Amino acid sequence: MNNVFVYCELEGTKVAEVSQELLTKGRKLANTLGVQLEAVAAGSGITGKVESQILPYGVDKLHIFDAEGLAPYTSKPHTAVLVNLFKQEKPQICLMGADVVGRDLGPRVSSALHSGLTADCTALEIGPHEDKKLGKTYENLLYQIRPAFGGNIVATIVNPENRPQMATVRSGVMKAEILDPNYKGEVIVEDVAKFVPETEYVTKVLDRHVQAAKNNLKGASIIVAGGYGVGSKEGFDQLYELAKVLHAEVGASRAAVDAGFADHDLQIGQTGVTVRPKVYIACGISGAIQHVAGMKESGIIISINSDENAPINTIADYVINGTVEDVVPKLIKYYKQNSK
Amino acid sequence: MKLNIIVLAKQVPDTRNVGPDAMTPEGTVNRSALPAIFNPEDLNALEQALRLKDQFPGTTVHVLTMGPGRAAEVIREAMYRGADGGWLLTDRAFAGADTLATSYALATAIKHVCPNVDLIIGGRQAIDGDTAQVGPQVAEKLGLNQITYVEEVKEVKEVTEVLAKASDQGRAKEVIATRHIDGGVETVESPLPCVLTVNGSAAPCRPRNAKLVMKYKRALAPLELAPGTSYEDLPYADQYGKKAYLKIGQLTTADVNADLAQCGLAGSPTKVKNVENIVFKAKESKVLTGSDEDINGLVQELLASHTIG
Repeated sequence: MNNVFVYCELEGTKVAEVSQELLTKGRKLANTLGVQLEAVAAGSGITGKVESQILPYGVDKLHIFDAEGLAPYTSKPHTAVLVNLFKQEKPQICLMGADVVGRDLGPRVSSALHSGLTADCTALEIGPHEDKKLGKTYENLLYQIRPAFGGNIVATIVNPENRPQMATVRSGVMKAEILDPNYKGEVIVEDVAKFVPETEYVTKVLDRHVQAAKNNLKGASIIVAGGYGVGSKEGFDQLYELAKVLHAEVGASRAAVDAGFADHDLQIGQTGVTVRPKVYIACGISGAIQHVAGMKESGIIISINSDENAPINTIADYVINGTVEDVVPKLIKYYKQNSK
Repeated sequence: MKLNIIVLAKQVPDTRNVGPDAMTPEGTVNRSALPAIFNPEDLNALEQALRLKDQFPGTTVHVLTMGPGRAAEVIREAMYRGADGGWLLTDRAFAGADTLATSYALATAIKHVCPNVDLIIGGRQAIDGDTAQVGPQVAEKLGLNQITYVEEVKEVKEVTEVLAKASDQGRAKEVIATRHIDGGVETVESPLPCVLTVNGSAAPCRPRNAKLVMKYKRALAPLELAPGTSYEDLPYADQYGKKAYLKIGQLTTADVNADLAQCGLAGSPTKVKNVENIVFKAKESKVLTGSDEDINGLVQELLASHTIG
């Protein structure tokens, strides 16, 4: 009862990285609260295949739901799994990935249980809360911290009364760390029919194409990222050229993605991927909080911007006052000259 | 086949064009400095609805929006593009609603105004919150299935064959849609009624139609009238008597029989503990120009420290 739960997202029998990142965070939260960490995995043909990808993160109890209709993911059966499990287990916290599955599932579960849900958190902490109007104080609440309002402010959200306290977190925001490869957690293979009525299997998946990610932004040691200041889709060509000579990956800010200069899966920031490269070259990126939240832990930050007062310059190690189209070709030229 | 479609739309501050005066010195949002716009993805949702209306004559498309009086602008805007009308859900008791209280209000209103709804279509998310929660929460409150991240509604069809499986009983109409999932696309089929949320990458909304602008330009919600006045006090007052569609529907908590404990701030489990302007930990930056000399020097420095290369 009152434990920390993590919903583990699966592609086939593979546990998503974001789920392992959340298990790591969930373990820490559970330690702070002095409770257990529990995990939920729902899919088809997963028993015997997912335990070793979940338990080593310090999971005390793993609930497995294994039935044909649970893969590929559809909204209603997975909602029924969590809602009915949570009615029984009464978790105090539930974490899930802020990707397509988590953002489809989380709101339904919160709606059914009348609990609060905060999307796209960039930090999770435990702390007290005082409601001055009601004159009530609360101990050990989950602080759900996220940029808000287009990334212009950062808000700390709490759910004082309702349980579970639910939060989604994007891939890469937390770090996955195995606690103990031989961690002894209990595995419970649940009777799916008790949780999911036959009438819940309403969505038919007619066709499905999933490709492995085309880029390796999360693992890249150098990233060349472009913002609105790159100016056009064609402008990104020179970023790709720079990335090629540096053996780097190309990323983009939300403004560049929204403007159609770059693909959505290249987006770095709160609503994209969070990265921690050795070198981050920000080209024409102003530095909204929403973007900085996803790259501020980079080793060395180089900002190329024609606006001397761009907010990103305050966190940059090197500020180059110039236009992207002028500076990037020079970087390529001098890198080629000097690296020989 | 005729469909009853409700489009969920929201008027939002344009957070994409935030100027230096968008934040007050105290760190709160200066809403008056931001233009109010039709939430972009709700326009993509409207287009999917209007396409079904084109395809199935007799289909109705109504917009439901929650907000203050001026939010009726999004209903009018949708009418200019082909919607039949809409409802402004407005009440002080809705103020301070988080996504859950918002979805309660919307779901309650839908039950009231359109119990026979076939499709509820909204944008994937609103740009002032980016949560993508309201669509699925409305679906759950109404006990309906959902298809999120929709790229395109491929087909809506009536089901005529005899259905064998118990779970298929009651499927009178079905929708087939493509949706974006992480790293791919999926085509799914769901019985109606169903909630769809549409991506910004879906087809853009058609522009205003000049004839419809002429027809609906005087459409007003009661809250848009000057305080203490009625439709009878307006110029062209006779028009409002003759053409009911010029009176945009307006609903309060009492009109839809909403439980006040589930509305607004009172019905919101999430509370904002605090809000702050983030001050980046400023680093000692080396400032360079774009000159050949500076760039060459930088590249040499980074290579020497094995930062790159």
